Amino acid sequence: MTLLSVENLSVTLNTMGGPARAVRDMTFTLERGETLGLVGESGCGKSMTALALMGLLPETARASGAVRLEGENLLEYSEAAMCRVRGNRIAMVFQEPMTSLNPLHTVGHQIGEALSLHRKLGRGEAQKEALRLLEVVGIPDAGKRLGNYPHQLSGGQRQRVMIAMALSCGPDLLIADEPTTALDVTIQKQILDLIRNLVNDLGMAMILISHDLGVIAQSVDRVHVMYGGGTVESGPTAAIFEHLSHPYTQGLFAAMPKLGQRAKRKDGAKRQRLNTIPGVVPELADLPAGCTFAERCGLVTDECRAAPPPLTSVAPPAGNASSGNASAGIAPARIVEDHFAACVHLDEARARLNSA
Amino acid sequence: MGANLTFVQRCIRHRSFVAGGILSGALVGIALLSVVWTPHNPIKMNIRGRFADPTWNHLLGTDQFGRDILSIIMSGAQNSITVGVVAVGIGLFFGVSLGLLASARRGWWEEIIMRMSDFMFAFPAILLAIMLVATIGPGAVNAIVAIGIFSIPVFARLTRGAANAVWAREFVLAARAAGKGRFRITVEHILPNIVSVLVVQTTIQFALAILAEAALSYLGIGSQPPTPSWGRMLSEAQTMIFLNPWLAVYPGLAIAMSVLGLNLLGDGLRDVIDPRLARER
Amino acid sequence: MSLFLVKRFITFLATLFGATILTFLALEILPGDPALVILGVDAPDSAVEALRLEMGLDRPAIERYFDWISGLLQGRFGTSYTYSVSVLELLEARLGITIPLALMAMVLSVVMALSLGLYAASQHNKRGDVTVMGVSQLGISVPNFWLALLLILLFAVHLRWFSAGGFPGWENGVWPAFKALILPSIALATVQGAILARFTRSAILETMREDYVRTARAKGLTRRATLWKHVLRNALIPVVTIMGLQFANLLAGTIVVENVFALPGVGRLILQSISQRDVVVVRDLVVLLAAMVVIVNFFVDLLYAVIDPRLKAHDI
Repeated sequence: MTLLSVENLSVTLNTMGGPARAVRDMTFTLERGETLGLVGESGCGKSMTALALMGLLPETARASGAVRLEGENLLEYSEAAMCRVRGNRIAMVFQEPMTSLNPLHTVGHQIGEALSLHRKLGRGEAQKEALRLLEVVGIPDAGKRLGNYPHQLSGGQRQRVMIAMALSCGPDLLIADEPTTALDVTIQKQILDLIRNLVNDLGMAMILISHDLGVIAQSVDRVHVMYGGGTVESGPTAAIFEHLSHPYTQGLFAAMPKLGQRAKRKDGAKRQRLNTIPGVVPELADLPAGCTFAERCGLVTDECRAAPPPLTSVAPPAGNASSGNASAGIAPARIVEDHFAACVHLDEARARLNSA
Repeated sequence: MGANLTFVQRCIRHRSFVAGGILSGALVGIALLSVVWTPHNPIKMNIRGRFADPTWNHLLGTDQFGRDILSIIMSGAQNSITVGVVAVGIGLFFGVSLGLLASARRGWWEEIIMRMSDFMFAFPAILLAIMLVATIGPGAVNAIVAIGIFSIPVFARLTRGAANAVWAREFVLAARAAGKGRFRITVEHILPNIVSVLVVQTTIQFALAILAEAALSYLGIGSQPPTPSWGRMLSEAQTMIFLNPWLAVYPGLAIAMSVLGLNLLGDGLRDVIDPRLARER
Repeated sequence: MSLFLVKRFITFLATLFGATILTFLALEILPGDPALVILGVDAPDSAVEALRLEMGLDRPAIERYFDWISGLLQGRFGTSYTYSVSVLELLEARLGITIPLALMAMVLSVVMALSLGLYAASQHNKRGDVTVMGVSQLGISVPNFWLALLLILLFAVHLRWFSAGGFPGWENGVWPAFKALILPSIALATVQGAILARFTRSAILETMREDYVRTARAKGLTRRATLWKHVLRNALIPVVTIMGLQFANLLAGTIVVENVFALPGVGRLILQSISQRDVVVVRDLVVLLAAMVVIVNFFVDLLYAVIDPRLKAHDI
């Protein structure tokens, strides 16, 4: 049975400016051992989606659609039933390791808490298991760290503790919300490697949320690019990075700094400016009726503004673009099959990309 | 959300701001009115007409000397406001100066000023008032000075905290880089940016000053007869609580409503001035 | 002992020292000759001069200050001019009223504050919250001596459940004495409790927005378990600070409330000493009250270190 199946998930926030749809019609499935990335700018609905899966939306928010964990719709679960899912079958790692741990409890206590709650372990057993988990996440001198308070740990170590905490009850699904954003660049890679290896070893599914295409590219099987609360492009990671289809994905990619770019330039310019996407993310309270990206898109027409474009399969790119440089090991036909984008001007978008 | 509204709109929509504004306005209005007009002369006695029940002539009745209670209460507002203005003025002037100094000089200055204000916090205002009275004798001026002195550390701490935050902002760094002196930066950049915080605290200190003055007058070490004072009215009323319990109600109600109004106004101002903080009311 | 506690202890001693200096200076430097104050302006010069000698006012101020302090440290208080007994003797019976009164009021206000604050926070923005906040706003605005009068009006004049004042003494049974302190402690505690309740509520609401509270919920803890295990202890840190600072106001309140209820406690003794111009008594009592405030705040600091592990390890 499919582990997680999200169907038309929408989240509406009650703000003073009226209802705001923070997540609109998210649909995806996830099998055990599969990894999914949600990517987009801040405010695009990534974190809201994650909180909806956890049943931890703010009080003013309401979720509709369905979140099926092995067939059972979590949105219909009572609060008590949801408490048995959280930390047990779905676990989450948050962005800020500095503030995500309670400063007044020891590390061991905080890891043991979920164990005694879900697995009914006694105090001693919970601490023994916590010790093992600290070793699993690679904290040196784990025995000593068990009795430490969070302020005695570095940022990277705290994030490892958060990961240990999330893994403690062997969840089926791990949600990692920007797990490396708050860390030093050198630590980022270590933490990312750790998460990837653990997901592989333990065979759980993972949803990785990030605004960083680089992090996404090296960590997940499939990607959903989100904008204005909805998916604008989705597909296998390799396919998306190879055939950037939606104008927004293209913009996001162009805005990424690339190593060695300066050396490649031949026109004598000393420095190349980073590309930015013009305009700002729209207010969720008054999203346009049509494509949410319309106001910032170079290809916008009246058609875009009329109705939200549906997710459509990305047609095989015109001959010359794909034939030569498809990555080894992935059949081009498969790439095309489940690569979708929500844009009515896909052909123009791709043509523009190829000419650039 | 609410941040898009204009300042005036936010004021009107804020319930406690409106309620506080009305009550505080009434306090000031009544005090001003009582300077030129009260229904009767508040200090004129009429022994034959004492403990009169409320009538159209004496809306709240008369006290043990036959004085019109409404008139005394109206005049009492003058006393409360005078005490509030002077005491808070003292606290505001010295407290803000010290706070700005601590923030501008940092180091030892800051340490000494902050330790001293810590110390003052441990020392109840009423004790200083009592000591002043013990040496110089009772009187409104001593009470005011004592209340004023003890609002100095409140303002000093608040100012220093807010000012330190402003000193760390980019535009201040820019001003320093441009070679402006500490004094000029304090006057041109720091002070204007902490005014809103000070305004809020001023209304709250005003309320506390009214409460403190009432307590001192009740104890007989605040303002002296014949100045009408709500606190002293209560202490006089207590001796006759079995004879005429209502005498003990009106002045207390006047104090409570004034203080309530100022507190609500302060809370409202805090929200209205900085809507980002308004969420928790 | 950690550096934090050492620092706090030094501050504690310094504050005590400062309090004695301030008191001494206030009574010494301020205009007014203590002897003249005691005897009144109309007293003959010879009598004033005799009293000055008796009080040692002819000696330098520093000498007299150290005499006074070393006396206090050895438990030798001054001698009351009015009663001709040691201040210590005057205190004995009176502390038996003021300390229980302050403690009862403190306990009452903390119980009130924590339960109301917790309730309001859990009902955030619902009717219960709005009601508690409204009532506490009113509680803050009411002068404690007026509340005391209203309590007398209701329970002594109208219902006749309590007497309007006075104190039967502990020797005549614990219950009558305790009963005499009930209304005063309610009058004292209401205002303090209202302030603390509002503070507790906002501290809890603030803590509930912390990331680690979300972490706890993500672990599967129920809302209630999160509140008790993760929110409350963190929220208590600022609340305890305010409690300590409020203690000064509480003691000041006893002076007023003891007078409303005619309780022969320390507060009433101070006022009587003032009207009798008994400077020696006033000076010792003021220092005593200040010392009580400082000591309570020192214990609050100790409590900090128990609540917050960051203070034990780090030197803040």
